Amino acid sequence: MNDLRDLYQEVILDHNKRPRNFRIIPQPTHQANGLNPLCGDRISVYLDIEDGVIQDIAFQGAGCAISSASASLMTEALKGKPVADVDYLFEAFHGVVTTERECPNGLGKLSVLAGVRDYPSRVKCATLAWHAVRAALEERKEAVATE
Amino acid sequence: MNDMSALYSMTSGTGSPLGELDIARIRADVPILRQQVHGKPLIYLDNAASVQKPKAVIDAVSECYTGYYSNIHRGVHLLSERSTAAYEGARGKVRAFLNAASAREIIFTRNTTESINLVASSFGGSRVHAGDEVLITGMEHHSNIVPWQLLCERTGAKLKVVPFTDAGELILEEYERLLDSGPVRLVAFVHLSNALGTLNPAKQMIDLAHARGIPVLVDGAQSVPHLAVDVRELDCEFYAFSAHKIYGPSGVGVLYGKQALLEAMPPYQGGGDMISLVTFEKTEYAELPNKFEAGTPNIAGVIGLGAALDWLNAIGLDRVAAHEHALLEYATARLDEIPGLKIMGAARDKAALAAFTLEGVHPHDIGTILDREGIAVRAGHHCAQPVMQRYGVPATARASFAVYNTRDEVDALVAALWKVKEMFDL
Ligand SMILES: Cc1ncc(COP(=O)(O)O)c(C=O)c1O
Repeated sequence: MNDLRDLYQEVILDHNKRPRNFRIIPQPTHQANGLNPLCGDRISVYLDIEDGVIQDIAFQGAGCAISSASASLMTEALKGKPVADVDYLFEAFHGVVTTERECPNGLGKLSVLAGVRDYPSRVKCATLAWHAVRAALEERKEAVATE
Repeated sequence: MNDMSALYSMTSGTGSPLGELDIARIRADVPILRQQVHGKPLIYLDNAASVQKPKAVIDAVSECYTGYYSNIHRGVHLLSERSTAAYEGARGKVRAFLNAASAREIIFTRNTTESINLVASSFGGSRVHAGDEVLITGMEHHSNIVPWQLLCERTGAKLKVVPFTDAGELILEEYERLLDSGPVRLVAFVHLSNALGTLNPAKQMIDLAHARGIPVLVDGAQSVPHLAVDVRELDCEFYAFSAHKIYGPSGVGVLYGKQALLEAMPPYQGGGDMISLVTFEKTEYAELPNKFEAGTPNIAGVIGLGAALDWLNAIGLDRVAAHEHALLEYATARLDEIPGLKIMGAARDKAALAAFTLEGVHPHDIGTILDREGIAVRAGHHCAQPVMQRYGVPATARASFAVYNTRDEVDALVAALWKVKEMFDL
């Protein structure tokens, strides 16, 4: 089971059990839903953006441990960051979960999700929340799907 | 194929239960099972999604391509005659398998989904009008929902849904009430639910519809590999299934339809093979079944389906059903031992699969961890999202059985589920 521990690390199990920023922001400046058609998981993300900076970010929804932990860790990583950094951070995170790329600064504890790279069918779980954030920033109304 | 039935009856005699030796022989017939995944012996419990193929089926397909393949129904040369004979021979095997009155009532399609779409488009398109109703159940696969929704959108008809209990059984009083409450033009229901394992009382439901003059389509995608189906005894108007779920190749489906109805229905697709005369003014359609088989079909696949039915008949569907029933009972008891595990679907009549949730672990994570133990299960909504909504869960994990599965494999599943709990500190 050692290789499975690479995927299900303590930090991931912890964020799955006690997700951070797991709430609704009543009047967000930006909001969107993400949908993983493979498993039917849905997640909603809420952002409060002022002067180009993410002042607050939260999420709600049911998902697997990977998608829940990834969403939780993402909210921690993005809070206080300039909106302009989101695309770069997403690209970097995508690299971490799909290739051997090192985790750059700015992604915080998100590096614990690197184990996902050995489980190609789970990459969509890890990136669902990010897709939703992007959709929120682009003010897309329909739920974004991971495929 | 007589030699094969002799093989399986050696240990126990035809009609008697399949013993361990029989199952070992059956497993030896299915080459893909002899492999390791992630360093563990493969335990394939995703049979409701698609079943693995016996060598006899793989050989039949390969012999067609290496020995006598050609297009059918249109050549005077020897290969075309041989291919046509093998293709039509398979149609005869399907007829016998379903006990249909005539091979003309057997239409080859791509899969169950296309069989249902054929009926929705051809029968529905000509018989269902604005204000009419189509009645389905709450436990349908998306492929027995969406074609009817599309039909209703096109025609202005209404889709009505028979509810089911927490145990996963259709509420027959509601069914009768819905049959009486509007101009129902067609009933379509699943014989064996892929999400719950519920075996619906098909004969009773068909009789209730017929008492009101309403025709019935049965989605048999899950039922045919697990129980003997006699369409004349059921008396349904249409019966649909897929070859890939009954040990045959993917890309082939079957639609059984009563001859008089099929004859009265307009074609589904136009093209070659389905006509008897074409001029630019008017086209005359071919006789059944060709009227509904436009274009070159999956010739080798259909022949493979014939081989799959031979293989299954040699074992005997009654014995298959008994073996799988015992396996499901055993699995249900063992799964119930696991704290926090809830089986979804507790119908009195149930077959072939156990869908479940495990408190504190998402089915997707269960699926990934089991995979590393060599165990293939399905995790997700099983193309039955309304069923998930009914129980308020996003998804379930599902172990589904075929004739080649064993008690040892159930034990391995249970042991792996304990590991899942350990991994998640539960
Ligand atoms: C009950 C039921 N109906 C229909 C289908 C659709 O079968 P196919 O994908 O072969 O068309 C399935 C397959 O999962 C099923 O389980």
